[in-house]
Amino acid sequence: MRLLWIIGVVLSAVPAWADAVSTFTLDNGMEVVVIEDHRAPVVVHMVWYRIGAADDTPGRSGIAHFLEHLMFQGTTTVAPGDLSKIVAAQGGSDNAFTALDYTAYFQRVAADRLDLVMGLEADRMRNLNLTEQDVATERQVILDERNERTDSDPAALLGEQMAAAQYMNHPYGIPVIGWRHEIEALSRQDALEFYRANYAPNNAILVVAGDVDPDEVLAMATAHYGPLPPSADIKPRVRPTEPAQLAERRLVLADERVAQPYVIRTYLAPERNAGDQRQAAALKLLAELLGGNPTTSVLARALQFDTQKAVYSAAFYDGLALDRDTFGLVVVPVPGQSLLDIEAAMDGVLAGFLKDGVKAEDFARIKTQIRASEIYGRDNVQGLAQQYGAALAVGLSVKDVQDWPGLLQNVTADEVMAAARTVFDRRNAVTGWLEAPPITTPEVQQ
Amino acid sequence: MMRFVLVVAAVLLALPAVAEIRIQEVTSPGGIKAWLVEEHGIPFTALEIRFLGGTSLDRAGKRGEVNLMTALIEEGAAELDSQGFAAARDGLAAELHFRADSDGVGVSARFLSENRDQVVELLYLALTKPRFDADAVERVRGQVLAGLTADAKDPDAIAGKILRKRAYGTHPYGTVGDGTEDSVAGLTRDDMVAAFAGAFARERIYVAAAGDVSAAELGLVLDRLLGEMPASGADQPGRVELAAKGGVEVQAFPGPQTVISFYQGGIAFDDPEYFAAQILNEILGGRGFSSRLMDELREKRGLTYGVGTGLAAYDHAEIMSGQLAVANENAAQAIQVIRDIWADLAQNGVTQAELDDTKTYMTGAYPLRFDGNGTIASILVGMQILGLASDYPAKRNARVEAVTLADVKRLAARLLTPEKLFFVVVGGAVGVTSSE
Repeated sequence: MRLLWIIGVVLSAVPAWADAVSTFTLDNGMEVVVIEDHRAPVVVHMVWYRIGAADDTPGRSGIAHFLEHLMFQGTTTVAPGDLSKIVAAQGGSDNAFTALDYTAYFQRVAADRLDLVMGLEADRMRNLNLTEQDVATERQVILDERNERTDSDPAALLGEQMAAAQYMNHPYGIPVIGWRHEIEALSRQDALEFYRANYAPNNAILVVAGDVDPDEVLAMATAHYGPLPPSADIKPRVRPTEPAQLAERRLVLADERVAQPYVIRTYLAPERNAGDQRQAAALKLLAELLGGNPTTSVLARALQFDTQKAVYSAAFYDGLALDRDTFGLVVVPVPGQSLLDIEAAMDGVLAGFLKDGVKAEDFARIKTQIRASEIYGRDNVQGLAQQYGAALAVGLSVKDVQDWPGLLQNVTADEVMAAARTVFDRRNAVTGWLEAPPITTPEVQQ
Repeated sequence: MMRFVLVVAAVLLALPAVAEIRIQEVTSPGGIKAWLVEEHGIPFTALEIRFLGGTSLDRAGKRGEVNLMTALIEEGAAELDSQGFAAARDGLAAELHFRADSDGVGVSARFLSENRDQVVELLYLALTKPRFDADAVERVRGQVLAGLTADAKDPDAIAGKILRKRAYGTHPYGTVGDGTEDSVAGLTRDDMVAAFAGAFARERIYVAAAGDVSAAELGLVLDRLLGEMPASGADQPGRVELAAKGGVEVQAFPGPQTVISFYQGGIAFDDPEYFAAQILNEILGGRGFSSRLMDELREKRGLTYGVGTGLAAYDHAEIMSGQLAVANENAAQAIQVIRDIWADLAQNGVTQAELDDTKTYMTGAYPLRFDGNGTIASILVGMQILGLASDYPAKRNARVEAVTLADVKRLAARLLTPEKLFFVVVGGAVGVTSSE
């Protein structure tokens, strides 16, 4: 029966979805990507800046993220908060996000409202207007955000400590939201300097996805973004690099709020590079094989099925980064299993995998799923817009994005094993234990 | 000056885009009804099935049985064990999700057109011949217990648990459907078989599909999947009236922040004033960045990263609730601000500008919901459960437009009960104490 199912899978060739994507560059250097999807009268409009938290001014961690918030505080012609209100009045939604390598702003509206949101976004690229009062209030909001997302969550705190240990010299070790003591000191002047230096059409990528005509988008973009002058101050994105890492780092974070202890490990890993993504594709497949599936992955089978030592296990690798990324593993033990034992079990699985290699049926199944996920992915036009925006913001090209699914299909098992042997170097690794503090028996007075 | 110009432009543009959604009502040869939106642009189909009842069907002393049973559906069926089932599903590149909530068990499937028959066969086995193997029961029980352990130290989950107890008392809604450590530890394979028999029945099926499938093809799928379902299942619980008594319950929890959940009674979907209530909620705490609560708590005072409210109409009760997280020292102030806004809206209603903006927003946002096959299938199931006609999407905006300022004012006075607002406070709130 099982055999029959597997033989039954003969996927027809997936046509390249590249047909639906058009690209342009405006005279002022702004890149434009248009993704057509005419199934619903909806459009997603995104502007991506090639500036992220890893570009924060030294000593001013969190400034890229703080500026992202302040970008909603109005311009010389739009009052604070009005941009979101105008978009909402159209039935649309808007938001923004900051990552290590980029900052992006987006609106989702009916397709015939594209011109309106484009005008608003172009306006705030150069005309931000900040009052001291708005800056002070918003600084409190990002401290609340840090409280909510990081300081209230031991897992997030451990992640922050691990990144700081993983990167000894590169700014990926500094949290996107910033260290609290530096957030508290961020000023209006800091934000405006960062804004003027980095927000310009020649440092931005426009992605428009949905029920639109590429030529009309180009005309609209030329009208709204075209008149904005490029900045002469955009610097090459050269950041401090990592020295050779010689010693494994190990961290223990004990917090009374921890309910579920776990072991997590990250290894420094190569990222996707323009025209050079093959090793990254091998690492992506490695992560899928080892821990991409809660039932059939190598870790799950070994630790949750063949033995019952873990309740959850996973491996993760993204590769969408300007500089060196990480490859991660996490295992959550069943009650009664110590972190020491479960870490040893995890390492045992890795050693076994390095010795035994990739099972052909696992490899075929994963490639089938990856191919299908491309088809399912077309159902989500905002997801597509995000793929292109993030890739271009970390220095990849449209061609790199479109080559990626093919690379994932033709990377060989030998390449996956070679990537595994390279990446699993404990000298480059940080291992974190998240646990509850030891229970101390209070003294009882008779 | 420019600000004004933009607002004028916004009003001129505000004619809502028409949702070009064409819903077909399908009846299979075997008599099973479903709604369908055909969309052949991408070669896959999203199928959504919901069985009413869910975790509220748990028998006395067996809290968590429907949840555990649902999690075990994908852990083996007929000749396939857990590993075999997962390998078959993944080898077909199908996505099958099973989940239980307090009103139903939901099945979401996505499959490529070329694999449709094989995936339907696999799903058929899962929905008719689950194995409930002993090792799978133990493994998944461990996962559920791990989740309960985590919830015990999660301030959001702790607040949710207290709120349920306060609002719904001894009704099944009053406790968490995942069960307790004790009840889950006691569940047996026989309980899984019984819960399965109680939850899956033909009388309580709602189905919709969207994507690359015709009405005739869907009919065959329905008959294969659901044709053998037993006619009836376990009895559903009755209605519960919310224990609507104002107050505060504080639960200490370490950390820099306090989670505040608050609730009062809600309004039924078939209430003639339901749309006025939706508009009121949008102005109070919906619409993301531009509600009264967001303006007063975040934009003016910087007290929180985010706050929202919602109207929920469950199968057996209605509630209006909201949540936010604040620094411990700001908890008392945040609660007072919320009480003041509540009282002000109850007494004075909303402004004409707020009403107009919200109508434009709601009518403009509605067609944007229907994006993607999975979302559409899910919406279509929800519409059927509410008893709506399939032409509802074309008529819905007119009902929003028809609401007047006087309607919202009357509704606000009727719905909002500031004196019955109950706050659940979890954290290290300074200056807040339980009311009893």
